[in-house]
Amino acid sequence: MSAALRDQTPAAAEAPVLQARDLTRHYAVKRGLFKEPASVKALDGVSFDLQAGRTLAVVGESGCGKSTLARLVTMIETPTAGQLVLSGQDVTNISGGALKAVRKNVQIVFQDPYASLNPRKRVGAILEEALKINTDMSAAERRAAAEAMMAKVGLRPEFYNRYPHMFSGGQRQRIAIARALMLRPKVVVADEPVSALDLSVQAQVLNLLMDLQQEFKLAYLFVSHNLSVVRHIADEVLVMYLGRPAEHGPKEAIFSHPRHPYTKALLSATPQVNPALRAERIPLKGELPSPLNPPSGCAFHKRCPYATERCSQERPALRPVDGRQVACHYAESIG
Amino acid sequence: MAVTDNLDTAPAAQPLPPTAPPGPFRAFWLAFAENRGALIGLGIIVFVCVLAIFADILAPYSPIEQYRDNILQPPVWQEGGTWAFPLGTDDIGRDMLSRLIYGARLSLIIGFSVVTLSLVVGVALGLVAGYFRGVLDTAIMRLMDIMLALPSLLLAIVIVAILGPSLGNAMVAVSIVTLPHYVRLTRASVLSEGSKDYVVASKVAGAGSLRLMVVTILPNCLAPLIVSGTLGFSTAILDAAALGFLGLGAQPPTPEWGTMLASALQFVQRAWWVVTFPGLAILVTVLAFNLMGDGLRDALDPKLKR
Amino acid sequence: MPLLEIRGLTVEFPTHAGLFRAVDGVDLTVEPGDVLGIVGESGSGKSVSMLAIMGLLPKNARITAERLAFDGHDLRGLSARQRRKLVGKDMAIIFQEPMTSLNPCFTVGYQLKESLRVHEGLSGAALQRRAVELLEKVGIPAPESRLRAFPHQLSGGMNQRVMIAIGIACNPRLLIADEPTTALDVTIQKQILDLLVDLQRERGMALVMITHDMGVVAETAQRVCVMYAGQIMEQQPSEALFTRPHHPYTAALLDALPERALGRDRLPTIPGVVPGLHDRPAGCLFNPRCQNAQAHCRAVLPALAKQGPQALRCFYPVNDSNLVSGDAR
Repeated sequence: MSAALRDQTPAAAEAPVLQARDLTRHYAVKRGLFKEPASVKALDGVSFDLQAGRTLAVVGESGCGKSTLARLVTMIETPTAGQLVLSGQDVTNISGGALKAVRKNVQIVFQDPYASLNPRKRVGAILEEALKINTDMSAAERRAAAEAMMAKVGLRPEFYNRYPHMFSGGQRQRIAIARALMLRPKVVVADEPVSALDLSVQAQVLNLLMDLQQEFKLAYLFVSHNLSVVRHIADEVLVMYLGRPAEHGPKEAIFSHPRHPYTKALLSATPQVNPALRAERIPLKGELPSPLNPPSGCAFHKRCPYATERCSQERPALRPVDGRQVACHYAESIG
Repeated sequence: MAVTDNLDTAPAAQPLPPTAPPGPFRAFWLAFAENRGALIGLGIIVFVCVLAIFADILAPYSPIEQYRDNILQPPVWQEGGTWAFPLGTDDIGRDMLSRLIYGARLSLIIGFSVVTLSLVVGVALGLVAGYFRGVLDTAIMRLMDIMLALPSLLLAIVIVAILGPSLGNAMVAVSIVTLPHYVRLTRASVLSEGSKDYVVASKVAGAGSLRLMVVTILPNCLAPLIVSGTLGFSTAILDAAALGFLGLGAQPPTPEWGTMLASALQFVQRAWWVVTFPGLAILVTVLAFNLMGDGLRDALDPKLKR
Repeated sequence: MPLLEIRGLTVEFPTHAGLFRAVDGVDLTVEPGDVLGIVGESGSGKSVSMLAIMGLLPKNARITAERLAFDGHDLRGLSARQRRKLVGKDMAIIFQEPMTSLNPCFTVGYQLKESLRVHEGLSGAALQRRAVELLEKVGIPAPESRLRAFPHQLSGGMNQRVMIAIGIACNPRLLIADEPTTALDVTIQKQILDLLVDLQRERGMALVMITHDMGVVAETAQRVCVMYAGQIMEQQPSEALFTRPHHPYTAALLDALPERALGRDRLPTIPGVVPGLHDRPAGCLFNPRCQNAQAHCRAVLPALAKQGPQALRCFYPVNDSNLVSGDAR
């Protein structure tokens, strides 16, 4: 199925499998015995809809909150505010038995293939763990399911009894993907799944992810800082800065004419092999701000080449501009 | 959907790699066997185990039977010694060799029981402290700190004094005294492993707290515990010997090496063999466990660091 | 005279299962003021070859070379003391992980001054001035107070700038950058790369950039060298390499770039894996994975053919190459 055909699939007709409304997550950071704990706003008001078979890429640098978002969506942590709806069910503050029942719908693939597999367990045990906990399949059934999944991700059957340290990074990532799919989830959160892989292996794993998405109608929340990969695999892109959404919209719109200064800066900073694809250079001064001490008004104003007085005082709201959402006072005039 | 880019097939015919890389046990053995000292230690321990298991067959006499005609007889290579009692006899005519052999059984039992008891309780406490954090963690660790603040032998003496002098009570005392070490070790491992991705992955798969602690995290914390346990063996033997020396451990006529040492001090000039042989036995066994423990650490830790 | 001349560099590590050849017959020349990019994937030997030149490999590494010279001095026979005079002064290296490359127990200023103290013999006020100057040069604001900071108090980007400051402190003729921006965010990466290029231009240093990121190399290097499984496969001026690669490996690698696949769903991939210790193929090391491989490739190792800035190790190159390999000895 070509990319053009995929984009024509009427997304609006299907109910979204995952909905987030104003997701917020604060952490209290102790500052000693006598001071009040500081509040770190790791995530501040993120909303999106995700349909089956589509990929939403979350893009940003350190401290932007993309990992926090991944943890919230996978229900490892509870949001401080906001709402998370999975297939029509509100799972925002879910816990206990209800959480266990819902777990199988959202699974995660991590960045570091060397840390995400239990070094003391064989591949077969790693794959079957989820089945063991959540279903009452017999040992033989579990084994059959594990071997079937291994074949799907391109792993030889004799790998069943081996330990993770015997595999290369790419193979481990395949194991991690197989593990995520054992429970047939609806949503897969992929947290930088190919960042730690070599280029040729990256291509294999990306192809695998796309094939599996097509076969199982998976919805991907694809967290990445690599814009070339995002451009290839995403349908929608959400650009984040310091926990807040900067720009959110269809991939082509964002890549071909970005409206937020940060998005433009990100695109121009991404090294490209093909000189024709290199965007106009937007030099960014300064460091990424610390989430403990966010700038007033717009989080980006201290580094923004277009910042004005208004930007330092008034936090821009996310509003529709030119077919996507942008959080910038001057979105119309930029670009 | 065929995955055409199977990672392990290639266009040109290539022979498959002959075997899988060695599994963890074989790889461990290869690394362990590189250390000459560790192998020697292992050999000695195996020897001592054989002595302990087959004591009934190997020992020429009963350890408590007294041969009044052969009191304080020197070892065979000295003047006055006979082959009937190759290592001499003690002050009431008991054969040294037999007592040493039966003593091996006792020492191994002591070491094994103490280490097992300490490990089981220590690991449980450490797991709970490291996993749940918060008040539980603070309570457990402060209790351990209190225990560590007291000198271990004195604490053991106090416990035995309360419970009453016997070998069993001595073992309980030594177990309690070595507990904090394992708790801290386990807790440290749990803290460092607990934040790793594979634990989160298990959580996302639906694992509950107990499963996470015991099935997911604990196997990855075992390496330092195994090393510590092996070295703890020697500490246990030494501590039990010290308690026996003070008269608080095994009571006569039990042939425990420390007790043998204690009751024979007065003969150190007249009959050196009554004191020296038990002392040597303790020395050699403890040394063997230390060597093996070092070898284990070298074999297990680098793999962990990877 | 070339600044760095390497011919036939081979690095082997003894392992349980035999001798592992991490670098295999590498020939490289770096002229003063060159910007050379070395690209390759894991196991290509790119980092190991540069570490070998600097003498930073573990003691059990076996390094052999036909010629290994820096500025005319033979590096092979150097004593430890002579090597210390060169390394850090005329040849400098910066590493990938800024957080772990700096000693966490000492302030940034102490580590920066260490190099100046040892190599240039500075002390006191002159030392402080020079240190502040260097931090300013690499774009660190408020340098005086930063000198007193510890590495964990600074961000990754800042730490990498400090590393660069330490690297250029004694005005090296050659700076080797081993994946300098891989661990950094994209916008910070851009700043660091710009800094390196500016410094290189200003001081006329030779810069060797080791990376696996093709985009980084395309934007910074003049000449690019592609390594695979310890051998050099291709070397060309940067623009030529990326538009008309001659080696099938380079071509396949460029095809696998997501940015080249615009519009296509599936990325072209390279089947197979990089050979490890046990499965080094006979003949060309890439032949099991090469679409063009012929019988000759499976039997004989191709030699590295050289012509000016170009080099190629292939019997059947692609894209109209004017270079073809002969058989290796």
